[in-house]
Amino acid sequence: MIEKREKAKSRTSTHKENKYSLFSLAKNAVSKHKNWSQAWRSPELKPEYDIVVIGAGGHGLATAYYLAKEHGSKNIAVIDKGWLGGGNTGRNTTIIRSNYMWDESAGIYEHSLKLWETLSHELNFNTMFSQRGVLTLAHTEHELKEMTRRVEAIRLNGIDSEVLSPRAIKQIVPIIDINPQLRYPVMGGFIQRRGGTARHDAVAWGYARAADQLGVDIIQNCEVTGFNIKKGAITGVKTVKGEIKANKVGCVVAGHAGVVAEMAGFRLPIDSRPLQALVSEPIKPILDTVIMSNSVHMYVSQSDKGELVLGAGADSYNSYSQRGSLNIIEGMLAAAVELFPVFSRLRMLRSWGGIVDTCPDASPIISKTPVKNLYFNCGWGTGGFKATPGSGHVFADLIAKDEPNSIAAPFSLDRFVGGYLIDEHGAAGVAH
Amino acid sequence: MLHIECPWCGFRDDAEFHYGGEAHITRPDPSTTLTDEKFSEYLFSKTNTKGLLLERWCHRSGCRRWFNVLRNTITNEILEVYPVTEKPSSKQGKETYERNWRRKSPPKKTPKTDEVK
Repeated sequence: MIEKREKAKSRTSTHKENKYSLFSLAKNAVSKHKNWSQAWRSPELKPEYDIVVIGAGGHGLATAYYLAKEHGSKNIAVIDKGWLGGGNTGRNTTIIRSNYMWDESAGIYEHSLKLWETLSHELNFNTMFSQRGVLTLAHTEHELKEMTRRVEAIRLNGIDSEVLSPRAIKQIVPIIDINPQLRYPVMGGFIQRRGGTARHDAVAWGYARAADQLGVDIIQNCEVTGFNIKKGAITGVKTVKGEIKANKVGCVVAGHAGVVAEMAGFRLPIDSRPLQALVSEPIKPILDTVIMSNSVHMYVSQSDKGELVLGAGADSYNSYSQRGSLNIIEGMLAAAVELFPVFSRLRMLRSWGGIVDTCPDASPIISKTPVKNLYFNCGWGTGGFKATPGSGHVFADLIAKDEPNSIAAPFSLDRFVGGYLIDEHGAAGVAH
Repeated sequence: MLHIECPWCGFRDDAEFHYGGEAHITRPDPSTTLTDEKFSEYLFSKTNTKGLLLERWCHRSGCRRWFNVLRNTITNEILEVYPVTEKPSSKQGKETYERNWRRKSPPKKTPKTDEVK
């Protein structure tokens, strides 16, 4: 009886120690923050798991977390060729929104946005989710009309969106130039006020910590080199750290989905291309919303540190080099200065590239594959960050039940044979 | 920034070029035996190699002519430039051409899952 009580006590005390709160902050302040416990373990790779998730980015870690939490899976590993959150999760411009036109896209992105709204509490980790609004500009009469039509479609799906006049935009963003004489004048725009940004690393770290606490093994520096497949079904994964037996394997490797699919013996409708972003030197608060423009091709927000975070379209050619062409950056900055003349004397601090897996219809793939018990979640193109919680949630469901739920079903691979494409080029061409 | 040698205009920045994707894809015969799977493969399946890739480029802002390129997608090194109507002539180019799945195994079917309601 005493033993039992002590066991229970020790369990609650570890739980309390691991819980971040005002109390734990105060307690650790006393010891000058030298005694914080590690946020997650670095376990040894076991030879066998029920489920192996390949890719420890936001989507992969979220998948493992929801598998452990909602489907009661106990024996899960997340393996990654590099470090946790070191791929596109750590390279994007952190924009979150759900204002997509088609019902299928609205389904998954709104599912995701709803999870974002409670994510920090759910994970007990501050993801710094900030619903500062996402404002998309229109620069031609036609674009404004198309935008209005899209806003109506979005609202019919119960997602907030409203069209704004140039004057209303100027009120929200005082530094914008709405002079009608511009080459690309601001003719209007639409805003999703529930959209915004989050801290990308915190999302990966939060999911990693929460999944780890549910017993998920996160194995870093463990690159996949092949698969063991018997009679068309997966039996294990070959890695640089040895072979792992697995009943089910989920693959979430943005930037390398095509490479990993080839190891399993099939091909995907995916092109992998560089997408670049850059940040400026930090300045005082000047922009408290996210601005996107399809016509002049750029998007910008200001981080909490004060840096302007800028991005544009992907490079046109396939590449795995994690660097793109300078003319893309030139075009992006020219567009930014045209809209915000006040940015012209800013210096840029750093730029980088990630590799994005783009699908022919600019929509993702969440699907079974020709190999039984091998599942792929890929093809998010330039806009996967916003979908992190929702993508992990429905992918976990697919892996656990071997059947896609109603949100994931439209994104199966067979849409490229059946012709049910979800063409989101209009909404996803620029906005990431 | 890629530095591409147009066979007619010489070396230019990639900003002048339009990317045409994978080269040497043959459109299947539109006969009654052509299946959805086969046509989907022609339309959507990508080679997307991490390594050597045979691809098409068009000098859009120059002579506006198409040509083929052998490029390494890891380093962006361009190894060969050759006419669209021909096959690559370098050793690496020939190997890349022969190794391509389009000239090898038949495609595998994608599984049927629930159709969109």
